[in-house]
Amino acid sequence: MYVATKGGENAIAAAHRQLAEERRGDTAVAELSPAQIREQLALSVARCMAEGSLYDPDLAALAIKQSRGDLIEAIFLLRAYRTTLPRFGYANPIETGAMAVFRRVSATFKDIPGGQILGPTFDYTHRLLDFTLAAEGEPPRADRAPAPQLTPPPHVLALLDKDNLMEANPAPIDGETPPDLTRQPLDFPANRALRLQSLARGDEGFLLSLAYSTQRGYGNNHPFVGELRIGAVAVEMEIPELGFSIEIGEITVTECETVNQFKGSKTEPPQFTRGYGLTFGHQERKAISMALVDRALRWAELGEDSSCAPGQDVEFVLSHCDNIQATGFLEHIKLPHYVDFQSELELVRRMRAEIAASREAAE
Amino acid sequence: MSNSLRHRNHKLSMEARRAWMSQLARADGARLATLWEAADLTPQFELLRAPEIGAVMARGRAGGDGAAFNLGEATATRCSVRLESGEEGHAYALGRDKRKARLSALCDALMQTDASTHVRERILAPLVAEESARRDDDARKAAATKVEFFTMTRGDD
Repeated sequence: MYVATKGGENAIAAAHRQLAEERRGDTAVAELSPAQIREQLALSVARCMAEGSLYDPDLAALAIKQSRGDLIEAIFLLRAYRTTLPRFGYANPIETGAMAVFRRVSATFKDIPGGQILGPTFDYTHRLLDFTLAAEGEPPRADRAPAPQLTPPPHVLALLDKDNLMEANPAPIDGETPPDLTRQPLDFPANRALRLQSLARGDEGFLLSLAYSTQRGYGNNHPFVGELRIGAVAVEMEIPELGFSIEIGEITVTECETVNQFKGSKTEPPQFTRGYGLTFGHQERKAISMALVDRALRWAELGEDSSCAPGQDVEFVLSHCDNIQATGFLEHIKLPHYVDFQSELELVRRMRAEIAASREAAE
Repeated sequence: MSNSLRHRNHKLSMEARRAWMSQLARADGARLATLWEAADLTPQFELLRAPEIGAVMARGRAGGDGAAFNLGEATATRCSVRLESGEEGHAYALGRDKRKARLSALCDALMQTDASTHVRERILAPLVAEESARRDDDARKAAATKVEFFTMTRGDD
């Protein structure tokens, strides 16, 4: 229990004024605008939108400025804001097969219809600090090449699908409503739809570590990235006033499909199985991590043996992947607990006194 | 509302309306405002629903084409208007741009009137052209980073 304490108002107000001054930093240095953050720290913005579970680049940029770059604090601000919004409805599922891709690679096939498109990637850079970025100057302009086809490239794993070498995605069931974490609290057993929602807003660092642990042997996960694609997709929603769907805009998403070897079970022949990752914004590490964890959590439905690894434990994963819940519980212990601690102090003193008294009696 | 108008309204294909509403929703708010100003439209109207900011839950599908799941919310703004002549216009768009929602709803209503040609020429057509140019440039940038594999002949066969 922590109780409200009186007497701190002036100190709190002064602390918040100091926070505002420190946030601004040296006034001789130009102030950062949310638009600059949105444009130039786009990957931070993407992470905040995904884990804040609210797609709005301007708000995410503002939250990053307000939080002094503390991304979990910024995510907290977005989560708090989203609770104030009325829910207009549920959009139709996005069609990632129709994505306008700006990056799309496969680690399983060299020659794929539509080709390997590297896009704006850190891959193949030398990871050497670029001091020219510290000097002012015009960036080089991106190259242009004839784009012969406007049709979106097909999903790579569909190529394996054709030969039945790939586990088929369970067909969507008409009228089936996926569970919504923002409406009902997390409950177990959690079906795959609930797991994917939870992972999509889960902490990147936590999912990265879990995914890594499954690669290293805690969960027997040996995936290839069948496809990683990043680009814009249309968001369609049925307009209640009209009774038909329109596009209400576009969002950037990252999608990762992993291919995992599967020895087969009593009912299934040996084939490849899938892990799936999908996140708001350009977030490759998160999407790949999510796909690995998704696949690791599917052991039971695929009839595999569990090695009781953390990455295979659905309650462990889903109960701890939300960084706002985690930080809320973790950071609250720095707030006043004077009464709780007082009672513990009393208890320890009493136990010590009792032990001392019994020793005296024995002597 | 005149009979001819009623008739034309009736004939309006849902697909056409869907297309212009989607085009307006994808538009940049500042650009739409500039085009609206330049189009010199001053319709009399009432707000059926003042621009309102809310959230829409975006969804994905497991594996890209499997069962749906909730991906996360996105901010959205909606607005509904009724022209003095009776046509209703609606707008739903991602983001928090209230002016854009109001202008989009007005355009949707005007597209059902005699002003439709004017709205199409002065507002929708430029939006279509600019979006097409942007998509083309994006595609050309992506194409420039496409990997060209060189194959080496090894051995005799």
